[in-house]
Amino acid sequence: MSATLEPPPARNYEILPKTDTDGSPLDGDLLEIAMGPQHPSTHGVFRMDVVLDGETVVKLKPVFGYLHRNHEKIAENTTYLGSMPYTDRLDYFCSLTNNWAYALSVEKLAGLQVPERAEFIRVITAELTRLLNHTCLAGFLLQDMGALGTPLMYAFREREKILDLIESLTGARMMCNYMRFGGCRVDLPAGWLEGAMAVVENYPRFLDEFEALLSGNEILMARTQNVGKLSKELAISAGITGPMLRASGVDYDLRKVDRYGIYDRFPFRVPLGEHGDVFDRYMIRVLEMRESLKILEPALRDIPAGPIIDPKAKLRAFKPKAGEAYGRIESPKGELGFYLISDGGPNPYRYRVRPPSLINLTILEDMCLGHNVADVIVILGSVDIVLGEVDR
Amino acid sequence: MANGQRARLVIRHSSFVIFLMDEGLRNELQKQGIYTVKLEELYNWGRKNSVWPLSFGLACCAIEMMAASMARWDLARFGAEVFRPSPRQADLMIVAGTVTKKMTPQVVRLFNQMPEPKYVIAMGACAISGGPFKQGYNVLKGIDRFIPVDVHIPGCPPRPEALLHAFMTLQKKIDEQKLTGPNRARHCDPDAPSEFPIPQFGEHDLVPPSNPNVWKPAVVVRG
Repeated sequence: MSATLEPPPARNYEILPKTDTDGSPLDGDLLEIAMGPQHPSTHGVFRMDVVLDGETVVKLKPVFGYLHRNHEKIAENTTYLGSMPYTDRLDYFCSLTNNWAYALSVEKLAGLQVPERAEFIRVITAELTRLLNHTCLAGFLLQDMGALGTPLMYAFREREKILDLIESLTGARMMCNYMRFGGCRVDLPAGWLEGAMAVVENYPRFLDEFEALLSGNEILMARTQNVGKLSKELAISAGITGPMLRASGVDYDLRKVDRYGIYDRFPFRVPLGEHGDVFDRYMIRVLEMRESLKILEPALRDIPAGPIIDPKAKLRAFKPKAGEAYGRIESPKGELGFYLISDGGPNPYRYRVRPPSLINLTILEDMCLGHNVADVIVILGSVDIVLGEVDR
Repeated sequence: MANGQRARLVIRHSSFVIFLMDEGLRNELQKQGIYTVKLEELYNWGRKNSVWPLSFGLACCAIEMMAASMARWDLARFGAEVFRPSPRQADLMIVAGTVTKKMTPQVVRLFNQMPEPKYVIAMGACAISGGPFKQGYNVLKGIDRFIPVDVHIPGCPPRPEALLHAFMTLQKKIDEQKLTGPNRARHCDPDAPSEFPIPQFGEHDLVPPSNPNVWKPAVVVRG
């Protein structure tokens, strides 16, 4: 990364005295409102204490913890495999990528090898999850802007097609619990690849339709362009990852950087934004979906036959030797990492999740200052948070 | 009107005349295009077909709740597609997801802010009992400790079909509600509570940990 790191400009909370047109002072009281934890923008139980000067945001304090479900503590008191279903519930849109990140870190810890077919299945399911997440995000973003219903309906229509695939593979729509250490739980059912190929082949048509509806829409442009700008320097120094970082113009995608799994075999590009505003973040996601399709097509075509799990992998009495490991993948929301310390027992001694949503949320105030209160919801929507992952 | 007081519908004698009406006369009137029903039936029929849920999602189940309102399952067929963001306009609360101890006071407060008649569906294992997170130190072990729940849906998360089934169960329940008599519905009884005490987020646990007037678990007798 060549961008120079400069400290972000100091925030100025001071309110200039307001004067009327004839110079007489106006009442300049600040208004403090609590947005959430129950608020109509559909991002779960998250509270923002916003201080407003008129309609302009002068201070914003995020309040977390309304969905703190003790994920890490529960995981430290259960076996390694027992935590796998809990990872589904972190980011409940993308359970398969969560599974993968956790399986990857345990595989690092225990030194397991993943068979080639399982790697293909992991890439396919992860990219399907990326499609699903980005589609829903675009729908929710538009919902937050006031386009009630229509874009979200289109998004959920496509989501159902992918969920049907995921359900026939894993047995569940949302909580898949599919990956195992050293491979996957079950093999692909008969006819699954053809079904997946049909969805993938039809997806560009949906994306074209979706973009014709939205990308050139005047209201969407007016609401999102130059709103919630995030500079390259601030994004890097705050540790932002995923589409948000790339929308600010930083070329950092773990699929290219780490080359985990078999991502080096597929030709795909990393779309980059220029302005770092909400519109760029929306466009990055649409472009990423098109790149995901470029991964899915060869993956579905070239998937080899073979075993789906490492024969050395033990499901019962699984005790990795003492040590530590950090496994990370590019989840649809950013870098999702699991840090595990083993003391040789059946439970992890320390289990830590590095959630992309939480860390992407830390710069919410910097993006919102100076904007109208209505833009706060749009900016929050463009961050793409899921509270299960933020609060854990 | 103060927060604690709420207008109530009290019907003392539900169209008593209809009870005495002869079945033959009723049929004869129907042939001429005059339909006679009990006020209770008309009232329940109207309400069960226009349930307005509160758009209130807590966790994973909220996504399935949204999926149920989308094109594939289409909650609108049951007259319940009007999700309202304000509790003042809603009459059904779908507790969709894990209720943490930090969130419980807000959930109870939202329920208190809803006008009667109001109903609660506890969606998913977490809302029923804490579900997979039951061992967690910050997870409430079931929202029925603080507010009365009409329909429970098991599942993690329940499929949208399960939510539709819960809706139909709730509609059946609304249809069978009595407006008068000793077994009348809560909103017709001036003595029944419509608001419930809001617990405090205390130092170690919620204070109180449950509302004994609402939460009456079955007593297990051994031996």
